[in-house]
Amino acid sequence: MALGIEASLGESVLTSKLDEIINWGRKYSLWPYVFGTACCAIEFMSTAAAQFDISRFGAEVVRYSPRQADMLMVCGTITYKQAPILHRIYHQLCEPKWVVSVGACATSGGIYDNYCTVQGIDQIIPVDVYVSGCPPRPEGILNALMDLQKQIESNSILIDPQARHKDFRGILDQ
Amino acid sequence: MKDTTLTQLQEAFPSATCTQVIDTAVLDVQPNDLTTTLTALKEAFGCDLLLDVTGIDYLTYPKPPQKERFRVVYTLRNWRDNLVVQVRTGVSNPEIGLPTASSIWESANWGERECWDQYGINFSGHPDLRRILNHVQFKGHPLRKDYPVDKRQILMESDSLEAPLKSRLASKNIAREAMTELGTDVMFLNIGPAHPATHGAIRFAVALDGETILANIVEIGYLHRGFEKLAETHTYNQVIPLTDRLNYCSSMMNNIAYVKAIEKFAAIEITERAQFMRVVLGEFYRILDHLVCLAAAGVDVGGLTNYWYLYDEKEAAYDFISKLCGGRLMSTATRIGGMYHDFHEGWEKEMEFHLAAIEKGAGDSQGLMEKNRILQDRMQNVCRFSPEQAISFGLTGPNLRSCGVPFDLRKDAPYYNYDSFDFDIPIGSNGDVYDRFMIRYEEIKQSIRIIRQAMKMIPGGPVNVNDSQVHLPKKAQVYTKIEGLANHFKMVFEGVHVPKGEWYDGYEAANGELGFHFVSDGSGTPYKCKVRPPCFYTLGAFPAMVEGNMIADAIVNLSCLNIIGGELDR
Repeated sequence: MALGIEASLGESVLTSKLDEIINWGRKYSLWPYVFGTACCAIEFMSTAAAQFDISRFGAEVVRYSPRQADMLMVCGTITYKQAPILHRIYHQLCEPKWVVSVGACATSGGIYDNYCTVQGIDQIIPVDVYVSGCPPRPEGILNALMDLQKQIESNSILIDPQARHKDFRGILDQ
Repeated sequence: MKDTTLTQLQEAFPSATCTQVIDTAVLDVQPNDLTTTLTALKEAFGCDLLLDVTGIDYLTYPKPPQKERFRVVYTLRNWRDNLVVQVRTGVSNPEIGLPTASSIWESANWGERECWDQYGINFSGHPDLRRILNHVQFKGHPLRKDYPVDKRQILMESDSLEAPLKSRLASKNIAREAMTELGTDVMFLNIGPAHPATHGAIRFAVALDGETILANIVEIGYLHRGFEKLAETHTYNQVIPLTDRLNYCSSMMNNIAYVKAIEKFAAIEITERAQFMRVVLGEFYRILDHLVCLAAAGVDVGGLTNYWYLYDEKEAAYDFISKLCGGRLMSTATRIGGMYHDFHEGWEKEMEFHLAAIEKGAGDSQGLMEKNRILQDRMQNVCRFSPEQAISFGLTGPNLRSCGVPFDLRKDAPYYNYDSFDFDIPIGSNGDVYDRFMIRYEEIKQSIRIIRQAMKMIPGGPVNVNDSQVHLPKKAQVYTKIEGLANHFKMVFEGVHVPKGEWYDGYEAANGELGFHFVSDGSGTPYKCKVRPPCFYTLGAFPAMVEGNMIADAIVNLSCLNIIGGELDR
């Protein structure tokens, strides 16, 4: 039985919490900025192509400007030479924003334990979801996307999105 | 190499020591004779392709062949007569170093820059000696043996590239009168590395007059992952997964090139079936590499339809590769002395299915592209390059052939029975972006021809050599016999022992000549493993290609050169 405003306006109106409607909108319209540097970017190409079709999850609007995107997908190895650029791009994304670390290199440096490779992008920027694999299969990337959608469900407009990572200090934050 | 060549070389250079390593002629010269020797080799012996420049640090080498700590090696090729010459010289003081060869070959510019960056060997008279792979705040030289592999150095801020761009602009002597009359000035623009057209790992800075590029410089190293240093800490077989990630669009070709070089020097004769397997798979990966290049180039000029046609076939091919190697992108399918696995049952049928699908997909795509006026206007007569320029810059592979030079290692220095296949080498006529684009469609067709022939000819039998010093023993022996177990243990922990020596070997990969230069100290770990990446020298020619063209031309040129970051920066 309908209550409140639904009772007087019939079935033409649904009431919901503001949080829920906003989160529903956000989770199905994540616009990725693909920070593709290496092999994992090729697998992202597969994820976007016809067979795996990332648009089934509402995330096919790949943007090449950080100002228009809300999901930073770091696909590939980040070297110390690349790190300041990643750092800057992360800070150019508008809130609310999420970061997916795709593949072993972005997550931990992967097989490159050496003088030039950052041992995980979480030394530079905060990360929300990690994807394992070298490179991960497209299913893995899609799974990360679904994980992120679950995380977004618990967001609230009453919480400042910047507060999530206010204590984060990376090696380039000085 | 002809039998008489070594004698001719010795006669021409009496003060040098001439030796032969596999089929490479090696000349040891004094530093003072270096420039004259290199010039004479180029002019009198037709070595007009400088393949690579690299250094060697003998600090921890057992019984080094020379008293100086450093050595510099120039690898040259006479592509007409299938002759590879290496010129080596000792460096007593790296700070004084050697005279530059960049006035002889354009490709020496980047080669020597890398040698300075990685080994700290100076090249006097070099026009632009600054870091290339490592970042601007980096201290020290990582490939020196006393630099620890895990000593990391943080870069706080990217280089602005202002100084090198301005000096390049100044060297061009551009008349500024017209610009002053119009009241305009040179505009400086940075593109990349986080730019969709630079594919993530390349950055270039341009000085513009309107939309025309006056001067251009390319900055690389954003994907420098220390392959060569890492290889020095792994056994020969352990390096194979690292080679996957050089040109990750055609991982198998890197695997093959790497083990081929080792097998050649260690005189390991692989089985016939393994040779044919490598031909089939190598050509299959060449097709896949070209598909990615063509698909991405189409996207870069705004043609997304083409991407779906081509990528669909590539995606389908992953099913075959997954069955063979267990992974999609990374193959790791070769081993020293053979292959990881034989083909699975019924592979011929599946391969033929994929070949037919690729023929259809690539054919549809080519039909779309060939008749597309926009594409023709964007590509034809854009960024033209002459054969002489291409050779001087060290271009190889499809990019060189598109300039009209019919050099292909599969024809000119055949390996794995390539001389028994009937196939053509497509060449371009204009050396423009359109040729670089279209030649890849033609190469796909030729590769399909080779695979079909090889599938008819492939013999049965084992895919690995029967040698306990090269290949792992059978599991049944490992679990039941102490000799088998000890053999397995030694193979895994010590690796395949490769005889002491230094050598170079090249392979025709999808982007050109992929070479490996090894120094072995006789152990199971390479003392030095230098890659000669085709992309590196191709990109070195980029400024010369795009200067005078428009900024949009530079974008389309970059995508048709097929620069792969992993191989470029290693």
